[in-house]
Amino acid sequence: MGSKPPDRRVFLKRGAALAGGLTLGAVEPAIRQTPASGQSLEEQSQEVPDYSSAELIAYGQRSRFVTSVRIPHGGRPSPDAFGLVFHTATPLQDSVGVITPSALHFSNTTRGAFIPDIDPAEHRLMIHGMVDRPLIFTMEELKRLPSVTRLNFVECAGNRSRRQQTTVQETHGATSCAEWTGVLLSTLLEEAGVKDGGSWIVAEGVEEVKGASSIPMAKAMDDCLVCYGMNGEAVRPQQGFPLRLLVPGFEGIFNVKWLRRIKVVDQYYMTYNDYGHLRQDPDDAALSYQIGPKSVITFPSGGQQLPGRGFYEVSGLAWSGGGAVSRVEVSTDGGDSWVDAEIRGTAHRMAHTRFTFNWTWDGTETELQSRCTDELGQVQPDRRLVGRVIGQDNSIQPWRIASDGSVHNAIS
Amino acid sequence: MRSLRLLPLLMLLGGGSALAQSPTYGVGRTPSAEEILAWDISISPTGEELPPGSGTAEEGALVYQRTACAACHGATGTGGLAPRLVKREAGPDADPWALGRILPIRSPYATTVWDYINRGMPLHQEGTLSADEVYALTAYLLYLNDVIAEDAVMDAESLPMVEMPNRDNWAPLPDWKPGMPRLPGYPY
Repeated sequence: MGSKPPDRRVFLKRGAALAGGLTLGAVEPAIRQTPASGQSLEEQSQEVPDYSSAELIAYGQRSRFVTSVRIPHGGRPSPDAFGLVFHTATPLQDSVGVITPSALHFSNTTRGAFIPDIDPAEHRLMIHGMVDRPLIFTMEELKRLPSVTRLNFVECAGNRSRRQQTTVQETHGATSCAEWTGVLLSTLLEEAGVKDGGSWIVAEGVEEVKGASSIPMAKAMDDCLVCYGMNGEAVRPQQGFPLRLLVPGFEGIFNVKWLRRIKVVDQYYMTYNDYGHLRQDPDDAALSYQIGPKSVITFPSGGQQLPGRGFYEVSGLAWSGGGAVSRVEVSTDGGDSWVDAEIRGTAHRMAHTRFTFNWTWDGTETELQSRCTDELGQVQPDRRLVGRVIGQDNSIQPWRIASDGSVHNAIS
Repeated sequence: MRSLRLLPLLMLLGGGSALAQSPTYGVGRTPSAEEILAWDISISPTGEELPPGSGTAEEGALVYQRTACAACHGATGTGGLAPRLVKREAGPDADPWALGRILPIRSPYATTVWDYINRGMPLHQEGTLSADEVYALTAYLLYLNDVIAEDAVMDAESLPMVEMPNRDNWAPLPDWKPGMPRLPGYPY
């Protein structure tokens, strides 16, 4: 160890290359096979299901004429070469109302994850760290506690419209909204008793990579929900069965799925998820935290075709991490003039809100836009006026209606 | 008689400044110290949870081969299907942020590298590496990225002290409060 060969540093860096080559021959990366038995959705839709069968009476399915599906998002397939699920996007162009069906709710993971198969009878949630009484809960025990049900959207930080994208599923599909049921995180933290100085929590999942995020205590005590229910049933595996965290209005990465552990700590823990979230500029960091006011027209939207001039109900979704949507405006002339859209139903806090606008198209080329304002007075920005939109992208989405009725992404 | 016996207890509770919230529902059980230790894989930037053990870059290079890291990450930390592990070439004076979103160079703390290898690697065998192996792999990756010297020993003492290039070169998150806009003064 005493006399160091001059080229040892080089050897160490190249040595791995040499041996790594050998390793590669011996151990293949675990690439999963695509299930051979699986029929494509197109093939399935050719078969007429027996909706009257005992099986489909027991558990229903949608019409074979309804074929809307999620698509891979973020430039990486799901499953990927390792069989990991990465990002998928919701078909917002087919959405009605404000609830995303659980089977179509977008599902993103930070590194890519295998969706775990968890027996709820075996699942536990532990709360520990800077608390008076560390606690372990079974699912049964969590369901004994006072529950909360409410609508909330989740959105991925990477939900950014780009010029080369065509449809609203591609530009905005990494957000969905569901009715969530569970126990307030504050209830559990109060039960454990947070000690003085407990200023952050680290929430962790049970999946193979045990994804963990640091969340400020102020948020944890405000409105975070430990969810076991989604859209009237148990949370689905891709959404975190049997237990997941909901952090309303914060970027998607905070919403830890397959939740198994919450540690109360006195500092930002700089987990892998946290590190991936870092920014260099403080304004960028602030704008990458709580989702801004955002809206998008889902009909008519990119890739759709209007059959001709005449009446159309323009429809879209608006949401904000800052609270409830208070106003949505629509422009049918490329942003020169704006008219209030109608908010359908109740605008819930941190939830998708459906808006509509009655429009008669005269058959000439034009551009449709929507912009929303939230209860804090934050307004959705026009990227052509703001310049570069830093942080999470909440800018206005323009759709160009060509004179032939085709609809195009008009992001410049 | 009953109230008299309770009196000292009540005084004690009332007198404490940090009056602990008492459990309202009494649901759930207290985990044992062993259970907490077995579950708690969090590593803070100060490294207080780091276990005993140590490793060097040289040992790490061997572990990197033996545990098939190279099969996914490439022979020298690049060129595999999985994310690259060594910085991009950007010149000696480049801003660390220009070197890529690569954990062992961008993270402000070396503890994050240790934590992530420990909890998430290798694929399909997560959690099987010994503490020594995780220290060694961390040392190897930090060395490949020119963060530590080749002969530096990584252990519970030295790891949190590693001067990562971004140690003080990142924006802290805003002090979030309910009802707060994203960025005070910013209209959007």
